[in-house]
Amino acid sequence: MYKLLLCWRYLKTRWIALASIVSVTLGVATLIVVNSVMDGFTSQMQDRMHGILSDLVVETRGTSGISEPNWYIDRIRARLGNSVEGVTTVVTLPAMMTFHHNGSAHTQQINLIGIDQKTYASVSDFSKYLIHPDNQSQLDFKLKQSGYAPEREALQPAGWEYRNRVEQLKKERLSELEKYRLLQEKIAAEQRNQQSNPLNENNNGTRSLETNGANSQSESLPTKQTEPNSIDSMLAGPRIPTMQLGGGGGRVFDASKEQRTGIVLGIGIGSVRGRDLAGKVKDYFFIRPGDDVNVAFPNAGTPPRAIDEMFTVVDFYESKMSEYDATFAFVPIEALQRTRGMIDPMSNVGAVTSIQIKLKKGSDLASARDALRDEFPPAESYVQVNSWRDTQGPLLAAVQMETTILNVLLFMIIAVAGFGILATFFMIVVEKTRDIGVLKSLGAPGSGIASIFLGYGVLLGSVGSGAGVICGLLFVWKINEIARILEWFTGREVFDPTVYYFDSIPTIIHPFTIVWVSIGAVLIAIMASVLPSIRAARMHPVEALRYE
Amino acid sequence: MNSITPAKVPNKPSLPAAVPYRVVRPELELESIERELAKTHLPECVGGKSIVMASDVTKSYRRSKTVVPVLKGVDFNAERGKITAIVGQSGSGKSTLLHLLGTLDRPDSGEIHFDGERTDNLPARKRDAFRNKKLGMIFQFYHLLPELTLLENVIAPAMIGQSIVSYFRNRSSIIQRAKSLTEMVGLSHRLHHKPCELSGGEMQRTAIARALITDPKLLLADEPTGNLDQESGQSILQLMRDLNRDTGLTIVMVTHDENIAQQCDALVRLKGGKVERIK
Repeated sequence: MYKLLLCWRYLKTRWIALASIVSVTLGVATLIVVNSVMDGFTSQMQDRMHGILSDLVVETRGTSGISEPNWYIDRIRARLGNSVEGVTTVVTLPAMMTFHHNGSAHTQQINLIGIDQKTYASVSDFSKYLIHPDNQSQLDFKLKQSGYAPEREALQPAGWEYRNRVEQLKKERLSELEKYRLLQEKIAAEQRNQQSNPLNENNNGTRSLETNGANSQSESLPTKQTEPNSIDSMLAGPRIPTMQLGGGGGRVFDASKEQRTGIVLGIGIGSVRGRDLAGKVKDYFFIRPGDDVNVAFPNAGTPPRAIDEMFTVVDFYESKMSEYDATFAFVPIEALQRTRGMIDPMSNVGAVTSIQIKLKKGSDLASARDALRDEFPPAESYVQVNSWRDTQGPLLAAVQMETTILNVLLFMIIAVAGFGILATFFMIVVEKTRDIGVLKSLGAPGSGIASIFLGYGVLLGSVGSGAGVICGLLFVWKINEIARILEWFTGREVFDPTVYYFDSIPTIIHPFTIVWVSIGAVLIAIMASVLPSIRAARMHPVEALRYE
Repeated sequence: MNSITPAKVPNKPSLPAAVPYRVVRPELELESIERELAKTHLPECVGGKSIVMASDVTKSYRRSKTVVPVLKGVDFNAERGKITAIVGQSGSGKSTLLHLLGTLDRPDSGEIHFDGERTDNLPARKRDAFRNKKLGMIFQFYHLLPELTLLENVIAPAMIGQSIVSYFRNRSSIIQRAKSLTEMVGLSHRLHHKPCELSGGEMQRTAIARALITDPKLLLADEPTGNLDQESGQSILQLMRDLNRDTGLTIVMVTHDENIAQQCDALVRLKGGKVERIK
């Protein structure tokens, strides 16, 4: 009883000892903050990586792909049984995308992914990253009227609204050019009339105009007006009507009413993020939903030849993983299979380059992967089986490593704090020498004296780590406000949104982390108080009583 | 010097070797000590005239390489119910003898018996329990615990001698006893004051109350008036004399004040490491 009473009184009266545990408090608070930010960061990153990637991928490197996907799917389902949540087939290709911006053509390398929009959502969180709310529930590769994230001013206008406006402008432009051409023709005709009439005064001026007009006429005529018909007329001449009747092939594509095959681009392909003069983060879109782009990719033949097709951008997706957002473009799988010649003319089955599998929650990813690797041994089959963790393994491992090292370093800080406690405790034991002697003369055993100081250490450690937990949790709770203050103070952005895509710092607090951090801190405080306690216990009562 | 010389007390049967250490709870150990004691008591000691006796005790201190002998074969006994004073010059070993009697230290050779029981070779834990139950000690510099109030200081030995459970079971009776003791020493109005708020005389009174809380048979006093003015010293002395008279408490007191020593029932002088009996 006297032990409890005395360590409680020591705690209440020795404030200097509390100063020695401030470092424990700080260490614990830092550990909690760092762990929760790192956890939040890692989990966001994993979510984003995993959002586009399915759990398991059975893929081939061959350009012609897996020609009998259903056989593979049956075997996968048979092998993995109930743990399969969903399966989808995908065609993945390197491709080049060309788009027009400010009157010039730009080419960019992309990863073209043909997806089955009915089943793709069952293997990944792909659809929740799409910009348009309708597409988030079900993607149909159709251009929407409007409603592409109305809160993003930079993206407006988009959709049919935008496409129609562009077409309207084009038409106005063309009709102006047409008017201009007619005007020129009219002037030319007048001049011809005037040439037969030599009394004209402005002869020289109109002549120069005439030559210019003739040039522009020769340029604009074939491109703008007669293009759709010119080749036909050259090749087929009088047979055009019969072809139109047969397949409707010669029909003119009306961009204001029709769209081409839909394509969903990563937001990084179609936009750049930067800052304006005031330092505000701004997006700039050079492609919008409603624009047409040209995509060139290899066909399935040997050797592969480049073919190209026009697509209409129907949506963006934003996974906030810049690696994905800057390269991935999604199109309907049938479009790719058809254009690349991947459909078997006999069975009408389309080949695919990979089969993606999502497992039920709680399934063991590694063992499922190993089972599939066993099912399709690399020596016999030409497919590879990888989990999403394999694909992003190095990055995940690096983040994990970073977290571990930070934890070790911060625990070193608490260990240093432990030495502070050790020193302070030695001082307190020396200061309390006479009291120790008194207690011994009153019959307190050495173990009792030791437990006073050990208990004091436990109390101090608990107070220190308790305060640390509270500080850490408060810090995490208000971390965005604190980051803002830090930014204002240092003039430097803590999390640069142009790099990280975060509007707020992600944090996750695991109760387990808090428990082990506080237990660790208390343990260190106890360990630091062991030596002084032993010293106190071993003191000779007479010498202690005589101590001045 | 390390070997313990055989007992020189006449007619004393050889005691059994120290009871091997078994139990942790001091109150249980004390019972076992008492049981052992009942078997091996010395007739002339238990219930006899002397309550504590030292026979041929030597003690020397080691200061770096030189050995300074303090006690060179001291025989001492204090009679039950009497006040015995030990006088001597500074450094003559008065306090050392008192510490040996109080089992705070061990003699190099010789034996110390308390109430017929040999105490100098008890294991540390038993000596702690013995000190707690059978002895009360007061010091020149009072040695109260500065973090505790007067009342807490008084009940501290009772807390030390008991586990938490038994302390809480007996709490009310302990506090009752502490209050009556403080009333006896005349401090019942300052129960919740810290020692730093008390005067020297009050602190020594508190120390006496503390020494008596476990109802000891013997009070060892190390210059109890040495740090007090004449008046407070005299009142402390009077208090001790009253206690001796009213409860039959045996007191062994170290003092260098001849005047006080002359008022005691018995008086010994330490000189040159030996004891000479004066009264």
